[in-house]
Amino acid sequence: MAERIALIDYGAGNLRSVHNALLAAGAGDVAVTDSADIVRAADRIVLPGVGAFGACMSGLSALPGMIAALDEAVCRKNRPFLGICVGMQLMVDSSEEHGSHKGLGWIDGTVRPLAPSDPQCKVPHMGWNDVIPRGAPPLLEQGEAYFLHGYAVESDDGADILATTDHGGPVAAAIGRETMIGVQFHPEKSQRYGLALLERFLKWRP
Amino acid sequence: MTLRTRIIPCLDVRDGRVVKGINFVDLADAGDPVEQARVYDTAQADELCFLDITASHEGRETMIDIVERAAAVCFMPLTVGGGVGSPDDARKLLLAGADKVAVNSAAVARPELIRDMAQRFGSQCVVGSIDARAKNGGWEIFTHGGRRNTGIDAVAHAELLASLGAGELLVTSMDRDGTKDGYDLDLIRTIADRVTVPVVASGGVGSLDHLVAGVIEGHASAVLAASIFHFGTHSIAEARAKLAENGIPVRRN
Repeated sequence: MAERIALIDYGAGNLRSVHNALLAAGAGDVAVTDSADIVRAADRIVLPGVGAFGACMSGLSALPGMIAALDEAVCRKNRPFLGICVGMQLMVDSSEEHGSHKGLGWIDGTVRPLAPSDPQCKVPHMGWNDVIPRGAPPLLEQGEAYFLHGYAVESDDGADILATTDHGGPVAAAIGRETMIGVQFHPEKSQRYGLALLERFLKWRP
Repeated sequence: MTLRTRIIPCLDVRDGRVVKGINFVDLADAGDPVEQARVYDTAQADELCFLDITASHEGRETMIDIVERAAAVCFMPLTVGGGVGSPDDARKLLLAGADKVAVNSAAVARPELIRDMAQRFGSQCVVGSIDARAKNGGWEIFTHGGRRNTGIDAVAHAELLASLGAGELLVTSMDRDGTKDGYDLDLIRTIADRVTVPVVASGGVGSLDHLVAGVIEGHASAVLAASIFHFGTHSIAEARAKLAENGIPVRRN
């Protein structure tokens, strides 16, 4: 039986693009869902996200039982989890985007505005840039992916930063530990590089 | 390495059909925007821009369907512009699969529309589109396809849109559009140097050297072109190679 992928619909994602890309990467059964029960029962979970951190976290919190279901499925049952863009940023402790907001707190870190030292580096960080894996993290390969963001994850010890990119200094491109991974770039918009990453995620047995 | 300079082909669409698009490859239906988008996805364009030049409301609804179908087969970023007059218009396009929405005339009449959209959807998906002509020693904003002068200073308008939350500016010289004489480099550079958001150069590309000049002399973060790609004069790969030869960072894979 095909594995069931839960793609969380909380009003803050480019759901259709992520759904299309998961199907193109070989996913057989993708449930686009706002149901905590479906997330709890899914084999793998994808959390997209576009827009402001605070609005995204409120949208997620507004779904009954969703945050508890995510904690259970990802942190206790170790189901493979992929967060994309703001979906990745939500994995950390907090964000300083338009005020102070709490995140899911799975990964040590804070989301802060990009402030490249080089004035030639424009913000938002928009376009194709390197994904540079640190060590040999799961799923991630060296390559070029499409980024579109004005805020980024920073962490004190950097232990859970799995890949970086460069935009007037190093910027977190991927974070994760155990069965969870978050990517700042958009695999669903990164043509072959992105689809290959989604294929690896669908087969990931951490 | 660093952030790559983007190469963006632009397709003009009217009533659901491509009016300025590829006409050198065998396409089952050359008027279908989705078929054309696929060609550029295969060619690994860095982004694709759909510009809806439809006048009617019905035609706009057609654009939503086109974006949905294009997003189902193209895994590259899509910017959609033309006729966006409200945050709800933008929302429909974003839900259909657009990654960025460009606002032009409506942001001339009501610049605060940019702020409303940025607050709802984030600056990263809001593109301020600026059509300008040289006038009185500077540049002024023109609407209605470059026919109507608003008297608004283009550089001041660009700074205003960026300050209201536009995450990118698409700057088109209406003097150069369609001429193949190259971008208005002074216009592009003047705006690019005044704002901290990326600027896309547009209007007038007739050769690959014009793309290079847009980056090196115009300080643009991305170069948009239509006819040189649509007529097969040059491929995306040739454009990329030309930029690379001139020391401009471009995608490799």
